[in-house]
Formats: sequence, C-alpha cells, structure tokens
Amino acid sequence: MDHATRDPVTGRMTTGHEWNGIEELDTPIPRVVLFFLVTTTLFAIGYWLLMPAWPLGWTYTKGLLGIDQREVVARQVRDAAAERASWTSRIADASFAEIAADPALMRHVRDTGRTLFSDNCAVCHGTEGKGGPGFPNLAADSWLWGGSPEAIAETIRVGINDTAKETRVSQMMAFGRDGLLQREEVLAVVAYVRSLSGQTLSTPDQARLPAGKEVFDANCVACHGPDGKGLHDLGAPDLTDAHWIYGGDLNAIFNSVQNGRVGHMPSWEGRLSPTEIKLLALYVGTLPGAGR
Amino acid sequence: MVAALTLAERQSAIAISALVAMCGLAMAIAGSDDLLGAHGVIVLIFGLGCSALVMSRYFAPEPSEERLTRYYDDPIRVGIILSLGWAVVGMFFGVWVAALLAWPDLTFDAPWASFGRLRPVHTSGVIFGFGGNALIATSFHVLQRTTRARLPDQLSPWFVLLGYNLFCAVAASGYLMGVTQSKEYAEPEWYADIWLVVVWVVYFLIYLRTLQRRKEPHIYVANWYYMAFILVVAVLHIVNNLAVPISFGQAKSYSLFSGVQDAMTQWWYGHNAVAFFLTAGFLGMMYYYLPKRAGRPIFSYRLSIISFWGITFMYMWAGSHHLHYTALPQWVQTLGMTFSVVLLVPSWASAGNALATLNGAWDKVRDDATLRFMMVAAVFYGISTFEGSFMAIRAVNSLSHYTDWTVGHVHAGALGWVAMITFGSLYALVPWMWNVERMYSPRLIEVHFWLALAGTIIYVFAMWNSGIIQGLMWRTYNDSGTLAYSFLDSLVAMHPYYIARTVGGLLFLLGALVACYNVWMTIRSAHARLAAGAGEGDRPVPHGAGAALQPGE
Repeated sequence: MDHATRDPVTGRMTTGHEWNGIEELDTPIPRVVLFFLVTTTLFAIGYWLLMPAWPLGWTYTKGLLGIDQREVVARQVRDAAAERASWTSRIADASFAEIAADPALMRHVRDTGRTLFSDNCAVCHGTEGKGGPGFPNLAADSWLWGGSPEAIAETIRVGINDTAKETRVSQMMAFGRDGLLQREEVLAVVAYVRSLSGQTLSTPDQARLPAGKEVFDANCVACHGPDGKGLHDLGAPDLTDAHWIYGGDLNAIFNSVQNGRVGHMPSWEGRLSPTEIKLLALYVGTLPGAGR
Repeated sequence: MVAALTLAERQSAIAISALVAMCGLAMAIAGSDDLLGAHGVIVLIFGLGCSALVMSRYFAPEPSEERLTRYYDDPIRVGIILSLGWAVVGMFFGVWVAALLAWPDLTFDAPWASFGRLRPVHTSGVIFGFGGNALIATSFHVLQRTTRARLPDQLSPWFVLLGYNLFCAVAASGYLMGVTQSKEYAEPEWYADIWLVVVWVVYFLIYLRTLQRRKEPHIYVANWYYMAFILVVAVLHIVNNLAVPISFGQAKSYSLFSGVQDAMTQWWYGHNAVAFFLTAGFLGMMYYYLPKRAGRPIFSYRLSIISFWGITFMYMWAGSHHLHYTALPQWVQTLGMTFSVVLLVPSWASAGNALATLNGAWDKVRDDATLRFMMVAAVFYGISTFEGSFMAIRAVNSLSHYTDWTVGHVHAGALGWVAMITFGSLYALVPWMWNVERMYSPRLIEVHFWLALAGTIIYVFAMWNSGIIQGLMWRTYNDSGTLAYSFLDSLVAMHPYYIARTVGGLLFLLGALVACYNVWMTIRSAHARLAAGAGEGDRPVPHGAGAALQPGE
C-alpha cells in the first residue's frame, strides 16, 4: 500500500514514507555521483597496482613501480648531502683561517650558520646571539672560554658543566651561603667588584673599597685574575667590562657572591656533526659585535 | 525532573547515585596520595548531589499513567542547557589557547594554565561537552519523533545525560591537574574511560529499546546515523583506551599498544572520532532539523542510502592518512590515502542531498537565520570533506602535515559544520521544547549567524595562510643546499595569523554567548506557560497526509 505523492516543486514522487512530517523524494542517484564514485574507485585501484598497498600475511603487495618510502628518503638525503659536499668538504678540511679568508665559503657559513644557530642555539642565546639573564651574550666580544674559532668550537663540542666526559667545568662557590665570607665581607667585595666596571658607588660602599679589595685578592683572583679581567682557561668572566651574565647591579652581584653560580651548556658532539660545529664556531664570530 | 519518575525509578535513582558516591569514596581513599583521590572526591560529591536531589522530592506525587501517551522531553531540555554551557566553557578555553600562542605570557607561570593542559579542556569541552550533549539531546528528540514512540523509561535517559556530563567534568578537571593518557581526543584516564563505557552502553540500549517499540514501519535516515555514531564510538573508545593502570590507587595507566601500533590505533580512533562523532552524529541532526525547518522532503532517499553506507564503510580505513611519511608501513598509508579519496564522493553526496533538499525553500534560507545556519553548515561540510580528502593525498600531506593548515581544516569542520548545524538545530528545537512559537529574538539569531560566519572565515583563512607559509618555509632551501629558514623564522611569520585566529575565535565565542542569552530569554518567556502546562511533552501526532497507512504498517 503506497501513498506516494507528487512534490509540486520538483515534480518528483515521494517514497511514500513519512516521519513526523518529513518525507523523501524518490530522486534517482545523480549520474555525477556515480561517475565520481567510479572514477575515484578506479584511481584507488590504479594506485594499489602501482604502490605498496595490500597486506598478504607476512608481506604485502609491493606495487609495479617498486617504490619504497624508506629507500626514497635515504636516496634524497644522500643526494642532498652529495650536492652540499662541494662546499661542506672544504669546510671540513680547511683550517679556520683558510675558511675565514675565503669569501665564497664564508657566504655558505653565514647562510647555513644562521639557521643552524637559530634552530639550536637561539633558545638560550637569542636569535641575534645577545643572550639573556643567565645566558652569555655572544655578540659582545666578552668570552668565558675564549673567542677564537678553535675555542668556541671546543665549547660547543664538549659543553659546560655537562655530563659529557670532556666537558668544560666551572663553578663559582657560594661564598656567603657556605660561610666562606661574612656578610660584611660579601658587601665589601661586591662594592669592590662594582668599582672594577666603573659603577658609581654610594658613600658607605666607597668606604668598603679597601676591605673589598682585600677580600677580592684573597678569594677571587685565583679565577678572575688580579685585575678582575677573568681567565679563559677557567671559564671565569671578565668583571671589568659592561657585560654581565647574571646582571651587574648591586643585587645581582650580591646574589652571585652569596649563592654562587653554575652555568650550563649542553655538549653538542653527536647532535651536530663536526662540520656543523665548525660552521657554527665561525658563524658566531660573524655576529655583529662579536669581535671578528 | 524527579516528579516525572515513578516511585520505583526514584528508588533506583537513589541506589545508582549511592553506588556512584561509593565508587567516588573508594577512589578517594585508594587514591588519597594521588590525583585519583581528587577525582574520587568529585565523583563522591556528584553521587551525593544526585541522591540528595532525588530524596528531596521523593514523596512528590507519582506521575500519572497518562504520561505514557506523551513524549519524554525533560532530559532533552536539560541536555540543551548543558550543551550551551559547555559551548561557552570550551570556546572560552579555545580563545585562551589561541591567545596563548600569540602572547605566550598568558600562561601566568601557573602549571595548570600551560598550553598542554588548557588545550584538551578546549577540545574536550567543545567536542564532548558541547557536541556530545547536543547529540544526546537531539538524538532523544529525533528518536521519539521519528518512531512515534516514547523513550523506554524515565530513568535511563537521565543516567546517560548526567553520567556523560560526569565523564566530561572528570576529564576537564583532570587535564588541569595534569591527568592525561596523552592520546589526542582520548586523554581521560582508565577509570573515566570505564565509566563512559557503562554510560554509552545504556545510551545504545535506549536507542534499541525505543526502536523496538516504534510505530513507524521504517527507520528514518537520521536514526541510522545516530546509531552508527553510538555504536562505532563505543568500539573506538574501548579499543583505543585499552590500558593497564599502574595500580587501582593511581590515575596513571599505560596503553596496551606500543610504538607504531599505538600510533595507528590512536589515529584509527582519532579519525573515526571525526567520522562518527563529529560527522555521523551531526548528519543525523541535519537529516531531521534541516528538512523539518525548510518544510521540504529529502531530495533523494537513494542518495541517503549510498551516502550512509559509503561514509560508514570508507571512513574506517582512512585513519592512517594521519601518519603519512612516518614509521607506519607504506602500504597502510596507501590504503588510508586511497579510501580517503573515494570517501569524498559519499561526503559530497550527503552535502548535496542536504542542499538540494532546500530547493523550493531558498526564500526561507534568505529570511530565516536558523535555516541559514543549517545551510551554511552543509556548505562547510562540503568544503572540509573536500579539503580532508585533498590533504590525505601523500604529496599534499607532505606540505600540510604538522602545519596550521591542519588546524584550519579541523576548524572549518568544527566551527563551520559541527557548531553551525548544532546552533541551527538548537534554534529550531528550543521553541518546540519550551512550547513557544519562536525564539525570544530572531534578530539575535541573525546577529549570532553573522558573528559565527565571520569568526569561522577569519579563523580558517588565517590558518590556511599561516599553515601554507609554514609548510613552504620548512621546505625552502638556499643556494648552499641547506634550509633557508629556521623554525623560529616560521614562528615569527605566523604571529599575525595567530592574532587573527584569536579574533576569529573570539567572534565565534561572542556568538555562542548571544545564543545563550537568546535561549535563556526564550525559556524565561516560556516559563509561565510551561508551569501551566506542567512541562508535559507533546503527543505523537496521528498520521498526517490523509492518515493512510504506510507500506508494511
């Protein structure tokens, strides 16, 4: 029994079903739908024939083209490395001085170094290498472990206070907290350190200077040197310039002397190739203000 | 609410609530030194609250037998309100995480406010909170109207609705505390997952029990989709969440799968969650409210059939397109890609079926923002399914994967399709449910429509631009044969689009707030009338069109 009616708008019959007022037209499936259903299915079948597609127990259909994504990637990586080898091999073989003297090579260093630096170093040192609280400024010609390309490459390779075997190690003791210096001695040496970089001191601090120098000579010179200019061999910073890792005001220096400091830089050996490390060491030298 | 329950149902309600409360207590004790304990307290309070609610009206007069001649709509009304509440919460968190990407300081150094914890609150809030509640509410409505049968009892719909919201609340609070199993869209831990299985089985049984008692000979298309949604989501949820808790006193569990099998299971789940939660369920919504509002018959019954079986069969294979160019064997990727391409045809057939249904009613689309919501939803459904099939092609995916293009694609679907069809359906449903002629303000529906459309377009265009720029920057090489841009360069390039995306999302959130206000005022205006009518549902209408019997009747 059918009570299908004709829809006045489309002229189609309804199917005769009705649900709470909703009816359905008996429109046949449009040709275009069937056409695309067939087309896309044929595409799928063609693709299955050409590419790895269906599982067969322990193996799978390999496809007529014999394409394997692992081999494709391996080949692309190999080809790209071969193409780059025209200049990377020269970076690997030449000395720092030779590379620096070769403008064509240095162009590669700047191009590639920028992205390498940005992807690996900028998180701490900033995209322009200017550092930030706790992280040294690399564009200031004020180096902890030396600013020669060789020294920088070594720092990148082994890191600082890292778990790597050959890591550079450096630590400033917590003179105040561990009771090595009394509070008045700390205040005195802080005043003296501030005077080294030419900061204006308050009258009480000026009065502390002689005592401060005494404390400095007894405790600090071993690492920072008699003139406070730091020692690259020990990774001790220059206290006489305007660049400070942890801040150069009274509070920050007091904190450094009171609680000590241990910086950390990861070792990049194994994560970056020797050529990349070399490239970065050269690139860092090209940062504006880096001194080269 | 409680007055509509029979005495036996009230007793069962108290017993079930007490059982839930005891589970909460057990969790609180066993997990006292773990985050499980905090969730135990939430469950305990929920269980006690429910039993107190029932007990407070325990001695109210029992409902009359006459109720059985009417539809049971109380849970639908509550579901609508819960859905809108979750919409505001979920979208607010969405705007927040969008802003967080443009201005990273908005995390306020608080662990709970970090991106990784806020984001699942957004995704679960909108998908499960807003979408899920809307699906439950509309499915109860559509089910009764298209079968001319009342829901099988008064208690189980409440169990499903409130139980489901307990799951959502446990999920969202867990994310903020740091409870997650780190599976996208399946973040809740084992105890929440087990609870959802119980709720979901009851939900499916409601469907079967009602269909069994149907007075229509045929099952309407919308119900095919709702049932596919409930059944497949159950299968997906159970399989992807198979995990071993480290102890019954701890929230943490470990997945049964590892490595690439885990990834494949996750994306089989993830893509089919899109397919059966965000597509099939909402297609069910569309198949009822769109023809109803337009007053037009469905364009083609045959098209409905091949679309339904096409969508349900093809989607199951498509998940692996989320793992192109990974450790996943290439043959699995091939199957995912090819089935995704074929899938476009039934998807467009569905969108076309909806749009062609509007033939003869386009004047209504122009004048009625409610119907226009549904029309635009069908258009966005078409756009995002085309985009999805396109992006599933390996070569395209190599550009789009891991970029904001994916995010834009998802939101074309989520904002343009899922949210629009939901708002359209709710605007149609609310006046029916509260027994008033129309929404409080058609003008505000119009305002909401343009806010939502503008927000979606701004969002999607921002992410298309951002994603394609990102993808191109990541694959551009310089003359030295090395990458021309660092990751940070691409991040800087995205910043303006992140701001635009936040603006788009904000407009969409404002639209949702307008909807809440409009619904609230509609309910208030209906309140007097509802009190007089004692909140009864309407009756199954005797068959129209000459009351002739249908084939098989």
